This record gives sequence, C-alpha cells and structure tokens, in this order.
Amino acid sequence: MTAGQITAIQPAQEAPDQAGVGPLGPKPRRISAGRIGLYAFLIVAALFFLIPVYIMIVTSLKGMPEIRLGHLFNLPGEPTFQPWADAWLHACTGRDCNGLSPGFYNSVKITVPSVVISIICASINGYALTFWPYKGANFLFGLLVFGAFVPYQVVIYPLIIGLSSVGLFASLPGIIIVHTIFGMPILTLLFRNFYAAIPVELFKAARVDGAGFWRIFFHIMLPMSLPITVVAVILQVTGIWNDFLFGIVFAGRPNWPMTVQLNNIVNTTTGVREYNVNMAATILTAAVPLLIYFISGRWFVRGIAAGAVKG
Amino acid sequence: MAQNGTSVSIQDLSLSFGVISVLHTLNLDVAEGEFVVLLGPSGCGKSTLLNCIAGLLDISEGRIFIKGKNVTWEEPKDRGIGMVFQSYALYPQMTVERNLSFGLRVAGVPKDEIAKRIARAAEILQIEPLLQRKPSALSGGQRQRVAIGRALVRDVDVFLFDEPLSNLDAKLRAELRVEIKLLHRKLQNTMIYVTHDQIEAMTLADRIAVMKGGVIQQLDAPQTIYNRPVNRFVAGFLGSPAMNFMDGRLEKDGGDWHFAAEDVRIPLATYAFEKEPTPGPAVFGMRPEHVAFNSGAGWPFAATANVEVVEPMGSDTLVWLKLGGQNFTVRVTSERTPNNADTVSIGFDPMRASLFDAQTGSRL
Repeated sequence: MTAGQITAIQPAQEAPDQAGVGPLGPKPRRISAGRIGLYAFLIVAALFFLIPVYIMIVTSLKGMPEIRLGHLFNLPGEPTFQPWADAWLHACTGRDCNGLSPGFYNSVKITVPSVVISIICASINGYALTFWPYKGANFLFGLLVFGAFVPYQVVIYPLIIGLSSVGLFASLPGIIIVHTIFGMPILTLLFRNFYAAIPVELFKAARVDGAGFWRIFFHIMLPMSLPITVVAVILQVTGIWNDFLFGIVFAGRPNWPMTVQLNNIVNTTTGVREYNVNMAATILTAAVPLLIYFISGRWFVRGIAAGAVKG
Repeated sequence: MAQNGTSVSIQDLSLSFGVISVLHTLNLDVAEGEFVVLLGPSGCGKSTLLNCIAGLLDISEGRIFIKGKNVTWEEPKDRGIGMVFQSYALYPQMTVERNLSFGLRVAGVPKDEIAKRIARAAEILQIEPLLQRKPSALSGGQRQRVAIGRALVRDVDVFLFDEPLSNLDAKLRAELRVEIKLLHRKLQNTMIYVTHDQIEAMTLADRIAVMKGGVIQQLDAPQTIYNRPVNRFVAGFLGSPAMNFMDGRLEKDGGDWHFAAEDVRIPLATYAFEKEPTPGPAVFGMRPEHVAFNSGAGWPFAATANVEVVEPMGSDTLVWLKLGGQNFTVRVTSERTPNNADTVSIGFDPMRASLFDAQTGSRL
C-alpha cells in the first residue's frame, strides 16, 4: 500500500452523508482536561526536583561574599569557577588539603575491578544455573536470591572479622571482594532470567555441535548477552560509586572513595563553611552516575523492565 | 534403499524424572538408511525419546546403540548424529557460514575441508546466496534449511529431526516436506523424525512409530498403520477426518459373525479377524473415505440415512449421518454434496473396517 493510493481514494470518501460513515483517516488529536492535568503535574514535579539542582549549580558558581547576601535563587553576579577548582584540588578533609581528586581516583580503582569481576562471576553463575542444572541448583539459586534481602548492616561485623583474619581488611582487594559479594544476588538473578529466556534448543544445538561448557558460554551465550551486560554495568557502577558504608568500613583510609571524601569535606568544621566549594564537590561526586544515566537511559529502562529494580 | 544392518538400536530404554515415568522399557530398531517417524500427541514422549537418542537427556535404564556402538553414555558430539530443532536454534550472532562451520571448528577440522563441506551443503540446500547473512535476515524456510545444513556438514550417520516444520506456514511446510524427502533419497542417511502432524508422518516415513504415554503403540509402514491399526488409539489418531467408531456387540448367528448396534447389523464375512472372536461388546471402526455414497447396490452392507450436517472442505465434503443411533461421517466428492435432511444411501465393505475390543481397545 502506498501513500499515492490512499490520497487517490480520499476525495470519494469525503462525499457527505454516506450511510453509516464511521471514523476515517488519522486519529484526531484531542487535548482533554486529563491530559493537561497530567502534564501540569509532571512539570510541577520536575520543577520541584530540579530546584535543589538549580541551587547547587548556582551556588557553586558564586563567590563567598555573594553567598552571604542570602539570595538563594539569584543567578551568580560574577560567575567564577574557583570553587570547582578548589573542590577538586584544595578542599580540606581534616589536615589534608588535596581536594576531591584522590577520592575520585580511589573510587575508580574500587569501581572498575568490582564491576568487572562481579559481572563475570554473575554471568557464569546465571549461565550455569540455567543450562547446566545440577542437584540442588535451584536451592542454591534460592539461597543467592535470599541474599538480596539480607540487610548490609547485619553482616558488616562478621565480614570485618573474616577479612581481617585473612589480612584483607582495610585494603583495596578487601573492598573489591565485598562489592563483588554484595552484587552477586541481584546480578545472578538478572543474568539467570536473561538466559532462561533464551530457547534451550540453542544450547542443545551447540552441544550436538560438540561445544563444551566454556565454548558455549564464550562463543554463543556471551555474544548474546550484550543488553543485559550493559544493564548490569549501569547497576553496578551507580551502586558502587554511590556506596558510602562499605567504602568507609572496608577500604581503609588511603583508599577511601569519593563519597567518603565528600562527606569529610562537607563536615569539616574548622574555619568558614565554604558553601560554594561544598556544592561543587557534591556535583562532581554525583557526576559519574549522572553521566551513566544520561548516556544509557534507554538500557536502564530495559533493565528495570527485566526485573532489575534495586533500591 | 540399502537396508543392511541396524543403524540405531534402542534397548529397554526407560526414563523417569523423579517419580514421573516418561518412557517405559522402550525398544526400537531403525535400519540403515531408514526414515522412521515418531508420531503422537503432545506429551507422548516422542521428543523426549529423540533427546535421549541425541544424548541430550540422561536415561534411567536401558542401552542405545548407534552403528553397532554402545553410545548410552557418550557425549552428543561422539554419537554421529546431527539434529534439527523446531525453533531452528541458529546461533544469532553468527553468519550462516559461521553457523554451519561451528561444529567443524569445534572439532578442529582443517580450514579447506570446512570450506569444501560448506560448499557442498550449501549447494544441496540451495543456500549459497545466504552464506554471509545473519539468521535474523532469513525467512523461516531459509532458517530451517540452514539448520538442516548444520547437520549436513558434520557428515553424520543419523539425522534427528524434532518437529522441524511446525513453525512454518502450511505452504512452506508442504514444500520443505518434499525437500526433506528428496534429501533423504539423495543422502540415504538414517533419519528419525518427530512430528505430531500425521500428513508429514504418512508422506515421509518408511515406518511410523505411533506413540502414546511413553509407549510405542504400533511400528509399521504407513499404509499398514492406516489400514490395519492395532488399537483404537492408533485408528483414531491417524486419518483426517477421523475414523468413525460405533459401539455395539459382536454376535454369531449360524456360522457368520455380525456386528450389531441398535437396528444396524453389519455382516462380517469379509472381515479378517486377528484371532478367533468371541461374542460380546465391541467397537466398529470405518474410515469416512471408505464409505460409498449413493452408489447403488452390491455392497456387503448398505443402509439409508438422513443427512444431519454438511461440511464442505473444498476438495471434498464431509457428510454427517446417524447410523445405529450414533454419529457417522462419510467423505463425498464436492460435486455430489447433498442437502441437509436429504435421505441418502451408503454402503461399504467390512473388509476395510477395523474392529476393536470394547474394553482393551485392541484390534480383533
């Protein structure tokens, strides 16, 4: 059917008063009261949540004298990027005045290996649980998923004892292990559900073709797993980057992630409270997850649809 | 067809999942180069049996031989089998060529040998122009052809087909059915083919194994199964429209046996009994296409009846009557379609009938 045919038919159908004439052509756009209300609500809600962001950005671009005037919503009179530079390089946490940058690199050092290792482990877990079921596989899976409901605070103390007994407490490998363990339930669930939706005949065909456990995984399953891997990366990067509790407990002072450093900068009580620097530091810390959301919003929604809702 | 020796031999095979028994001490011998179809309703264990032969399911009891070698606990790849699945099961990230060569690459076959085998398979299946495409860019029929090619390149002794045509539309199904038959004639391989479609079974098979509840009911040539079903289940499962069944009694008066249902008495002088019959309740089966319609006298059994419903099906028409107080269908060519409530005469030869025991359902 081409557009030409449709237009050719139209004049005849515009003839008035054909018996039993019903709707014809494109659906008319209606602006109903409900629609207007819905959009009004959405806009108001968006504004409500954007106000703090606006204040943060505006404040971070003002100098301290301007902030003291107290005009919270005013645009900066003399925009300055000095607070951003200070936050990155010179802000003080206690006696050290190196800014946020060491925390940033620490966070990278924690996040990248944790994300990679946890996703590799979880994808193998999900693959094995789906395609190579063994006695007790379902029980193990149930146990793993149950792990997602254990409150973190309950296991912190036993974990400290355990890690310090093997000499990994307060170290980079220690915090990576902790993040990997706590990512396992939700990621395994994610990958298992993804693989369960793949027709089992694909696996059978590969077996008939002579492929074994690892070859099926690397040559057939892994190339198909890109969508779910992206979802897992988003979940893990945002989760681990935003983590504060594990970072402060398990990383050790030299490896404290950005979130801990930010807390220390904001809570340093000596001298003047530099609101502009605090605001800039907060935006800098939140920038990485924010960037991830913006770049991969489409995939993230898909992940939520796949049942990967994490608080 | 070279039918020397046994290609696949299944001996006392049982399979159970926990307490649920799926296959019960099943025996099946498939000759070299034979085309055997496993036919049955869903849940009868036919696909399960095929998976057992392929080595994708571990059996509970029994032995499986392929080409005289005991492969009961061998890996699928070591059994000399190729398998074609209903959902095609092509590797979505690989081109057709990579799909075909995957098994060979796993086995470490040299590159020039792989190229040679792919060229041959592609020529046989006429998929040469598709080799560089991804499966997602193929139609259903093309995909299934590639799936068959994947079994073809591996140079196997036995082809296993698991409902390969069920995902295709009716027209393509008919086309590929013929192609599979031609392929079998060309390759002369042993083929075991699972389907629930009786037309596929009848057209393709050298022998059909009709299964129900994990047990092979009858294993015979298609015509034998059609004409002399061993029990009521097989009789009802094969044939479309389905066979007429009439409940009644087997009676002997004088020296002749009769089948009686209400006012109907069918003489059984021409019927070949399996064994010496005894009087008692029985089921009389007659295929709708074996009943003569308005064709005069001369039949061992003749009757008149009123037409109840007429179902035109294009090439012919199914006429529903009442005979002996029970529904009875007759297949009529479409030119002779009667009107509703017409009185018509029918006749048939009980030689073509099937009589079943009312209790056990087995053939009398």
